[in-house]
Amino acid sequence: MSDIKIEGYDFKPGFKGMAKDTGSDQTMFKGVHWGKAMMWIFLLSDTFIFSCFLISYMKGRGSTLIDWPNPSEVFGLHVFGVDVPLLLIAIMTFVLITSSGTMALAVKYGYEKNKKMCGWLILATAIGGLTFVGMQAFEWGKLIHEGVRPWENPFGAPQFGSFFFMITGFHGTHVSIGVIFLFIYAYKTFAGHYDEGKRGWFTSIKGDYVEIEILGLYWHFVDLVWVFIFAFFYLW
Amino acid sequence: MEKTKKQEQTTTHKIGIYLWIWGLLFVLSFFSYMVDWYQFQGMLRWSLILFFMFLKAGLIMAFFMHLYWERYALVNVLLWPMTAIACFIFLMVAEFEYTVFTRLFYFVAGG
Repeated sequence: MSDIKIEGYDFKPGFKGMAKDTGSDQTMFKGVHWGKAMMWIFLLSDTFIFSCFLISYMKGRGSTLIDWPNPSEVFGLHVFGVDVPLLLIAIMTFVLITSSGTMALAVKYGYEKNKKMCGWLILATAIGGLTFVGMQAFEWGKLIHEGVRPWENPFGAPQFGSFFFMITGFHGTHVSIGVIFLFIYAYKTFAGHYDEGKRGWFTSIKGDYVEIEILGLYWHFVDLVWVFIFAFFYLW
Repeated sequence: MEKTKKQEQTTTHKIGIYLWIWGLLFVLSFFSYMVDWYQFQGMLRWSLILFFMFLKAGLIMAFFMHLYWERYALVNVLLWPMTAIACFIFLMVAEFEYTVFTRLFYFVAGG
C-alpha cells in the first residue's frame, strides 16, 4: 500500500522486506505516510483500551454469584406483536458493516482519484455511522427507561449496567468522532482538497488521498471493535 | 512511466475483492445472529460465536484494513503486542475463578 516516495529505496516483500524495514536507517517504514503509521500505532493503543474494558467485563461477569441478565431478552424488541431477540443489535451490526464496506470502496476510489465516487461513498459511510449512533441512543434510552443504571438493574447482576454503559458508550464515542471526521473528509473530497494538495486546517502537510485510507483505517477499526462487543457482550 | 504504473497497482485493488469480503461479512454476521436466534447453548454456542467473530475480525483486518497486502514489518508490529492481551486474558480468568471461589467459600459456605 505504500507509495515509494523516498528516492532509490527499493522495497522488498516478505521477511526480507521486514528485515530491511526494521534494520533501516532513520525511519522504519520508508515510503509510508507518517499519518498512516501513526494511525496504526494509535489503533494498537486503542485495541489495548478496548481489551481492558472487555477483560474487566469478563472478570466482572465471571466473578459474580448473581445471574447475569440474559442479553437476548434484555436487548430484544417487541415488533408487530412478536418478541424478536437482539433485533436492534443485529440491525446495528449490519448497518456498521455496510458503512465499513462503503468506506473500503471510498478508499479504493480515492486511490483511483475518482473524486465523485469517493466523496459519495464517504458520505454514505457517515450516514451509516450516524444511523448507528442514533440506534444506540435509542437503545440507551430504552434501557434507562427500563431502569438500567450503572449500579443496578431489574434483570440480574448489578454490574451489568456499568459494563454496558462503559463499553458501548466508549465505542459510541468512537463512532461519533468518526462520523464528524467523515463529514469533514467528505467535504474536503468534494472540494477537491486531495486533488490540489491543499493543506489542512491544522497541518502544513499537503492533502493527499492517503488521508482517506487513514480515515478508513480508523473506521474499520470501529467496526472491528463492534465485532468483538457484539460477540462478547450481546451474544455470549 | 512503466514504473509508476506498477506502483499504482499496489495501491488499488479490484472492486470484486471488496464486494466479496463485504458479502462474506454479511453472511457471517447473519450466522452469528442465528446462533442467538436458535438459542444454541453451552460449548456449541461459545465455539460458534468465537469462530464467526475471529473470521469476521480477520476479514476486516486483512482486506478492509489492507493488512494482507501490507509489509511484514507493520503486520508484525501490530500483531505481536496482541499476545500481551492473550496473557492478560489468561491472568484474569485465573483471577475471576479465584474470586468466585472465595465468594462461594465465605458467602455461601460461611468460611
